[in-house]
Amino acid sequence: MSERAVEALLARSVMIWCPGTTGVSAAARLSGGASQETWSFDITHPDGAIGAILRRAPPGYGAAPGRAAGLDAEAVLMQLAHDAGVPSPKVLHVLKPDDDLGTGFIMQRVAGETIPRKILRDDEFAQARPKLARQCGEILAGIHGLSAASLPQLRRMNAAAEIVELQREIDGFGGPRPVFQLALRWLRDNDPGASERVTLVHGDFRHGNLMIGSDGVRAVLDWELAHLGDPMEDLGWICVNSWRFGVIDKPVGGFGAYEELFSGYEAASGIAVDVARVKFWEVIGTLRWGVMCVGMMQRFRLGPDHSMERAMIGRRSSETEIDLLRLLAPRA
Amino acid sequence: MQDEPRPDELVKAVAEFLRNDIAPQISGHAAFKLRVAINALDLVTRQLTLAGDSDAAELHGLMLLLGVHGTLEGLNRDLADRIAQGDVDLTTPGVKEHLWQTTLAKLAVDQPNYGSYKRELESK
Repeated sequence: MSERAVEALLARSVMIWCPGTTGVSAAARLSGGASQETWSFDITHPDGAIGAILRRAPPGYGAAPGRAAGLDAEAVLMQLAHDAGVPSPKVLHVLKPDDDLGTGFIMQRVAGETIPRKILRDDEFAQARPKLARQCGEILAGIHGLSAASLPQLRRMNAAAEIVELQREIDGFGGPRPVFQLALRWLRDNDPGASERVTLVHGDFRHGNLMIGSDGVRAVLDWELAHLGDPMEDLGWICVNSWRFGVIDKPVGGFGAYEELFSGYEAASGIAVDVARVKFWEVIGTLRWGVMCVGMMQRFRLGPDHSMERAMIGRRSSETEIDLLRLLAPRA
Repeated sequence: MQDEPRPDELVKAVAEFLRNDIAPQISGHAAFKLRVAINALDLVTRQLTLAGDSDAAELHGLMLLLGVHGTLEGLNRDLADRIAQGDVDLTTPGVKEHLWQTTLAKLAVDQPNYGSYKRELESK
């Protein structure tokens, strides 16, 4: 659908639920694949323009595949997070059939930066960086503390199921992967068992999905992989070396220490962090990203997305192999 | 036998042309894609230059480790299967060193600027 067509449909929709609106402008597609799109646009309003984001699956792409929570669930989760004081964009509207825009939702646009290299290196974020790890702990405590009764229907995951899924994917690759098999073996041998605490898990809490300003984290984005599970999963995932973008001695996103993340989490939740579980999920997460890189290569080779970028991401799976060896078989 | 220049010399020359003569002339998304393209060509050059020796060393290491002859892929599959079944693990003599050597050889081609790789080279 062209930008003008989307803009016209957005204007028609916004005028119904946002009184005083006279139209929309500057509709531009930001990213996403064939099944999910993100658009930025401005709502023209007498009180001043309102920056907005549309996240949608176009008509005909309604069903969320595999691991995705679905856009309807994402909208509910973002609203719940926002209401609970978790930095999160306000949901303005959930798409209805009459909108003719497919399924999805419209939310407030939050100003900030998501590009890791800028966040980790630019002067603009120098004041924020030392605070980020602790803040991430506090935010995760808030997400994990959302009342289970209010949550939408979500997939339930645990480590054992995740290991089975990874095994199936790795065995399905054509080529042999001794280091991935070593990691799978370690995971099976060291699985701490089902978590006593089962909470909402964001599922993709890392650079790219954190809107960051000079004052710190402004919004948690992309709840697509949200599920119910072991809350320590989120703490392990943000410590995966792939998300440190070269600043490898600061395990939390390249900006902070484990202790800062953990103390922020414990202060905000009153619940002790299970450090061994976090380490376990860091290993799973490292392997998970390695498997995703190989998946990109397969999609490049077999699928419609024959892009150079995808092909090159396939060549990043070896990064996770060296990280797995550093975690599981460190040299003296 | 094919004539010279070799593939690695040709690919390197093309990458240098794109980097020095074309990249300064373009901007925006096309510039981003060009950077990815140049990275891909550099990777190919590294593989053409390095993989002959590292593959030979890997094959030799696999034969020593497993005590059988075979192809690089066949023996890697054998090693992966034995690790999966638990017949071979990090306590098996030579396994840890072999996995480290082969992984470092992959990084030398794929991502020689990756932080963990640079750290391992420094501390060696």
